[in-house]
Amino acid sequence: MTTEKNFLDRIPFWALAVVPLVLLAALVLLFVNTNPLAVSNAALPPIENITIERITLPEAGMIQLELVNGGPDPVTIAQVLVDDAYWNFDMQPSNTLTRLQRATLLIPYPWVEAEAHELLLITNTGATFDAAVELSTQSPATGGDQLLAYALVGFYVGVIPVGLGLLWFPAMRRLGRVGMGFILSLTVGLLVFLLVDTFLEVLELSAELPGVFQGVPLGLFMALLTWLAIVAIGNRPQSADRNSPEGRKFIGWLIALGIGFHNLGEGLVVGAAFALGEAALGSFLVIGFILHNITEGVGIAAPVAKDRPKLGWFLGVLLLAGGPAIPGALIGAFAFSPLLGVIFLGIGLGAIWQVIVEVGRLLQRDAERDNMPLASWANLAGLAVGIAIMYVTAFLVKF
Amino acid sequence: MQKKVSRREFLRFGGLGLLGSLGAALAGQRSAPGQTGNPPTPTPTGEHEGHGENGAHGGAGTVGTVDHAFNRFHPMEMLTDFDYGTVSTLPGGQTLREYEFIAVDREIEIAPGVRFPAWAYASPTSPETQRYGGLSGRVPGPTIRCVEGDRIRLKFVNAGSHPHTIHFHGIHSAVMDGAPGVGPGMIYPGEGTTYEFDANPFGCHLYHCHAVPLARHIHKGLYGGFIIDPDPRKYSGEEQAAAASRNHLRPENKDVQEMFMLMNAFDTNFDKGNEVYAVNSIAFGYMTEPIPVKRDKLVRIYLVNMTEFDPINSMHIHANFFDYYDHGTTLTPTLKTVDTVMQCQAQRGIIEVSFKGFEPGHYMFHAHQSEFAELGWMGFFDVQE
Repeated sequence: MTTEKNFLDRIPFWALAVVPLVLLAALVLLFVNTNPLAVSNAALPPIENITIERITLPEAGMIQLELVNGGPDPVTIAQVLVDDAYWNFDMQPSNTLTRLQRATLLIPYPWVEAEAHELLLITNTGATFDAAVELSTQSPATGGDQLLAYALVGFYVGVIPVGLGLLWFPAMRRLGRVGMGFILSLTVGLLVFLLVDTFLEVLELSAELPGVFQGVPLGLFMALLTWLAIVAIGNRPQSADRNSPEGRKFIGWLIALGIGFHNLGEGLVVGAAFALGEAALGSFLVIGFILHNITEGVGIAAPVAKDRPKLGWFLGVLLLAGGPAIPGALIGAFAFSPLLGVIFLGIGLGAIWQVIVEVGRLLQRDAERDNMPLASWANLAGLAVGIAIMYVTAFLVKF
Repeated sequence: MQKKVSRREFLRFGGLGLLGSLGAALAGQRSAPGQTGNPPTPTPTGEHEGHGENGAHGGAGTVGTVDHAFNRFHPMEMLTDFDYGTVSTLPGGQTLREYEFIAVDREIEIAPGVRFPAWAYASPTSPETQRYGGLSGRVPGPTIRCVEGDRIRLKFVNAGSHPHTIHFHGIHSAVMDGAPGVGPGMIYPGEGTTYEFDANPFGCHLYHCHAVPLARHIHKGLYGGFIIDPDPRKYSGEEQAAAASRNHLRPENKDVQEMFMLMNAFDTNFDKGNEVYAVNSIAFGYMTEPIPVKRDKLVRIYLVNMTEFDPINSMHIHANFFDYYDHGTTLTPTLKTVDTVMQCQAQRGIIEVSFKGFEPGHYMFHAHQSEFAELGWMGFFDVQE
C-alpha cells in the first residue's frame, strides 16, 4: 500500500494530469475508426437539419436565402421548389453544406408584391426543408436613405417614448409617499411584464436557431451571467448604499441598462419585421411602440424622484435605455441573426431581473421607513396598473 | 401534394398552410439543342416560347441532369421497351409467354440529384436488362406486352426486404390474384411463386404489388404496364383493321408510333404528399429530351395512372385533339376529339393522336393539374417532318 503510494507520488504532476486525456484521445480514435456501437449494417440515411435563417427579396424577380447546416452530417441541396414548382437556383459557395457551414441560395423567381410564397428545399436523399415569405416586398438595400430610415424607426420606438416618459419627472416630484410607492410599484409591474416578454422572445428566437446552438440555454446563461455581473458592479462602495442619492441614481442607471437591452432586442425584431414586409403596418406599429414604451421612462425616473439629478444624467439614461433600439433596428433590417438576438435578449433578461430586485428593495426600505406594509393596497395597485398598461398597449404591437 | 414537416429531421418552422399556386409561368422550357433555333412564328407552338427573363426556361424547372447510367433505365427507352417474355407454343397452338420477375430494393434518381429508396421489379427478358447488362430493376416495372388469349406464366421471386406480390389487372382465377390471403398470398423475402393465367381482355392494363400496407408498396415503385394486344382474327371489318394496327405481331402496327407512359409520383420525404411527379419516373424527363415524333405517323400512347396520394391525374396535349379508348378494351374510341383526359389511380387508356399537316416544332404535353406539371409532369413532342 505504502509503496504504491510512493510510486504514484514519484510521477510528475503533468503526467498525472495528462493520463485521462491520453485515454480519452485513444477512446475517440477507437470509436471513429471502428464504430463499436454499430448495431446493424443498414445504410441509414444521414441526419439532415438545414435551418433557413433569413429570406430576403433583394430585387424584383429574385429570392435570396441564408442557410446553415445545424445537423451532424453534410447536406446537399438537390432541388428547390417555389410554390410547388421546381425552380432554377444558384447556391454559393456550394450545394453541399458541412456541419455549421453557411450558404447563400439565389432563386430567380418572379415573386408577387404583397403576396405569400412558399419555399421548399429538397436534399439528395429526398428530405425537405420549408420556409415562407409571408408578405413579399423588396428588402431594404444598404443605402444611405435606407440606413437613415431604419435608424429613425429605432429612434421612434426607443428614444422618443423613453424621453417622453422621463418628462413626467417634475410631476413625480410632487407625489407624496403613497404616490411614490404607487409609481415605484408601477415600475416593478412594467419590469415584470418586460421580463416575461423578453423571456418569451428568447424562446421564439431560439426556435429559429439550429438546435446545435441551444438557443434557450444560451439565453438563460447570458441572463445568469449578466445578473451576477450587475450584482458585482452594484457592490461598488460609492453605489452600495441604496438610500443615498448616488445609490438611487445607480438604480436608475440599472433600470436604463435593462430596458436598453430589451429595446435592443425589440429593435432587432421590429427592424427584421419591417424588412420582411410588415412595414405595411408602418406608422401603426410605431405609434404602438411609443405608447407601449412610454412607461419605461417613468420607471427609470421613479427611483430618483426625490433627488435632483442633472440634465446630463437624464440624457445619459435616455441614451442607454432608448438608444439601443437604433442599432437593433439596423441589425434587424440588414443583418438579422437569431443568434445575436438570443444573446442580446438573454442579457436583457438578466438585467431586468436584477432591476426588479433593486426596485423591490427600494420599495421595502420605504415601507419600513414609513412603517407601512410592503404589500400595501397602493403598491399592489401600482404593480397591477403597471402590468395592465403594458399588456393593453401590447395589443398595438403584437400581431 | 401536401407539405408537413417530416421524418428524418426535427424542424421547427411554423409551416404555412398549403397555398396552391397556379398560373405562374408554365412555359419554362427545357430546350433541347436546336429547339431555340426555331424562329417565333404564329404557329401553334408560339404561345409557349420565349418567356424569357431567365433565358428560354423562364427560370422554371429542375437544376442539373439525371444520372441515367446510375438508374440503368432511361425515360426515352422506357417509352418503347416492351417485355415480350420467352415465347413458345403450347400443344394445341396457344402461345406461352414465360416471365421471371424479381422484386428488389434499390435507389433510383427521379430528379437531378434527388435519389429515392425504391422497390422495383426486374425482369431478365426486359430490353434494358440486355442493354445495361444484368438485372437492376426499374420503375415503372417492365412493360409486359402480349396478345389476347396468350398463356402468361410468370415466376415471381422476392429478393427485396419486405413481402411483395404481383396483382394483375386482367381476368384470372382467385388463387392467381396476387392479393394477401388468397392463393399464395404475400410472398416473403427469399420466397417465390408462379402466377399463371390467359391474357384477357385485350387492352391497356397494369400490374402492381398488392402487399400491405398498400400505399407504401405502390408508391415505392412496384407497378408496371400490362398491354394485351387484340387478336385481329377475332374481329371483322373496321374493327379488324383497328385490331391489326394494335397488334405488335402485325405489320400494320409498324405504321404507328407507340409509346408507353405511366403517370407516377414520389413522396421523397414520406409525408403522404408527393415532391416529384412524372411520366415514367423522371421529373421533366421529356422536357430535357423531347420525344421525336414523325408528323405523318399516328401516335398511340398507352397511358396508365399509378399516382399515389392524389385522387386523380391527367394528360393534356397542346394544340391538338385526340381520340381516347378508356382501358383500351374497345376498338372504337370511348371519347372522341378531346385534348385532356383524367384518370383515377389504376385507370388507364389509349390515346391516338395525329400531327399530320402540323408545322414541325415542340408541342407540349403535361398534367393539367398545374401543380403536378410544375413538379415534373411536363414534356414535349418534337414533331418532325
